[in-house]
Amino acid sequence: MPLLEVHDLKTHYKTDSGRVKAADGVSFTLDTGQSIGIAGESGCGKTTVVMSLMRLVDHRDIVGGRIVLDGQSILEMPEKEFRHLRWSKISLVSQAAMGALNPVFTIGWQIVEAIREHTDLSKKDAYDLARTMLERVGVDPARINSYPHELSGGMRQRAMIAMALCLDPKIVIADEMTTALDVVTQVQILKLFQHLQETLDISVIAISHEIPILGQICENIMVMYGGKIMEIGPTHLIFSEPLHPYTQALLRSQIDIHKAETKQLRGIRGRPPNLLNPPPGCRFAPRCRRAEEICSQQESPLIQLAPDRWAACHLVK
Amino acid sequence: MNENNNGNNNNDTIFEAVNVSKTFKLKKRSRGLGRHRFVKAVDDISFKVKAGETFGIVGESGCGKTTTARMIMQLEKVTSGQMLLRDIDMTKLGRKQIKNMRRRVQMIFQDPYTSLNSVKTIKYLVSEPLKIHKVYDNKNEMMDKVRQMLEEVGLPSSDDILAKRPDALSGGERQRVGIAKALVLDPEFVVADEPVSMLDASVRAGIINLLLRLKEMKNLTYVFITHEFDVAYAICDRIAIMYAGSIVELASADEIIHNPLHPYTKLLLEAVPPLIPDKNWGNSILEGEVAYYIQVPEGCKFQQRCRECKDECKSGVKELVEKSPGHFVACDAC
Repeated sequence: MPLLEVHDLKTHYKTDSGRVKAADGVSFTLDTGQSIGIAGESGCGKTTVVMSLMRLVDHRDIVGGRIVLDGQSILEMPEKEFRHLRWSKISLVSQAAMGALNPVFTIGWQIVEAIREHTDLSKKDAYDLARTMLERVGVDPARINSYPHELSGGMRQRAMIAMALCLDPKIVIADEMTTALDVVTQVQILKLFQHLQETLDISVIAISHEIPILGQICENIMVMYGGKIMEIGPTHLIFSEPLHPYTQALLRSQIDIHKAETKQLRGIRGRPPNLLNPPPGCRFAPRCRRAEEICSQQESPLIQLAPDRWAACHLVK
Repeated sequence: MNENNNGNNNNDTIFEAVNVSKTFKLKKRSRGLGRHRFVKAVDDISFKVKAGETFGIVGESGCGKTTTARMIMQLEKVTSGQMLLRDIDMTKLGRKQIKNMRRRVQMIFQDPYTSLNSVKTIKYLVSEPLKIHKVYDNKNEMMDKVRQMLEEVGLPSSDDILAKRPDALSGGERQRVGIAKALVLDPEFVVADEPVSMLDASVRAGIINLLLRLKEMKNLTYVFITHEFDVAYAICDRIAIMYAGSIVELASADEIIHNPLHPYTKLLLEAVPPLIPDKNWGNSILEGEVAYYIQVPEGCKFQQRCRECKDECKSGVKELVEKSPGHFVACDAC
């Protein structure tokens, strides 16, 4: 049995003008020790999916689907019960630059708060644990009483990682973990994360709008567009033989400085779909260069093409 | 540091920065950082921008690249040095003259979400520069220009879009409005400060292509500021690498990417994630963060992080030296 099973998840946000179908029928599984990256551009629903996993969206907005975490179906669970799972089974590393840390408390205080919220540890034990965790992520434990503004961007991100790992969770979600960091710091954080993945036996769900970053830390990649999954497959195959036209377009718009000829960049024309009233058929069809008649009429289901490859496209056989 | 000996014909130099420095005074409460009350954000940099080229400035946060952009625009006063636009020193201009200068020098801003006033319509935003500079007496002519500009940046010019406000547009469309606003006065020199860093890759590629197309069409010259090497490579003809307020290397984009000399440039290049995943990528980059110097060390500023640091790096001022034609580097060890 997989560690995490997401089946036909539908998160439709209620707004004044109707329901925004931010995640619309998302299904995937994650086994122990596996890592999956969700790639896609702003508004594709990748953050909505993980926020639904953490149950951090309004439960009334999750209008359908099932999430089974370690054998327990979590969507029907009362909030009180889920609080015991959140952070101890599934935790989140968010983008530290975006104010994820509270500026008026020390990082130690914030890590200890997370520990004590979900366990019965005493304050002293919690502080000891926080120190150990900081040391493990490469922050001098003496900095435990520093405020976020006293730390560099890289150290703040390390503190966020320490906070996510302090309760030994089975699944860690990394949401744009290295966005807004300097390039050199980004490498260091990714390397640290790779190391922790290998040593701690955690499963990882990573999100990034930069697909090369996901390539570095994930075995599998899931490409989303307009609230739907377009393609799932092993990382090296997604990069070398992308099947879905959207994945292909996404990779074509990447700049590869090691190849002179890729100075010719190709963007994707048009704009992302309106998720209030998404177009019929494939969501990518209006922008797809290869779209045929059927694409704008009928949506293709996610078809299994190889043991571990799926794509939702009529044109892929 | 000088780049004056690179044998350029002065006629095709549109802009020149000569020994420009910027020192910020620290606020009282920040002085706990040490007894030094000033921070040198930009430390004696010089460069020339040739007409028709895209001159890139690449560096990490805090290296002084945005301060340089703001000084070119006269949004920030230089502490010392000259900013020559076709031999006119912009730093000596009065307020009225600066206003006139801005018809020729314009800026594209980083964040299309906050740099456009969200309560104004697209019509207002794009026509505002024309009104400020009283370019047209006739309102119809002005609106024709606004529509033409919107089409040139790849937006529809219908009344529908003119009446919209920025929040009704996507990030890419907003940045196109930002570009239209900057180019509507037909400037010859444009400073673009991280214009694509907030955009998704597919949108980013479209904006880069647009900037390249507009450059050809309108004979523009760009100074392009970015922290992303790949973006710089896609758009720039020449690239200057900045570290802690100084230019450490300056060469053509191809030279910088394929034959980097300065250890810092090499480090930045190694940090670019490869498109084909590689588990060994980045193994050599383990420590070190950008230095924010209140007190500048003697010698090379990069010495604490440098893998090739030698004794001679720890003293003297490191000036840009031409190692091969057009390739300047400020490093003794390489």
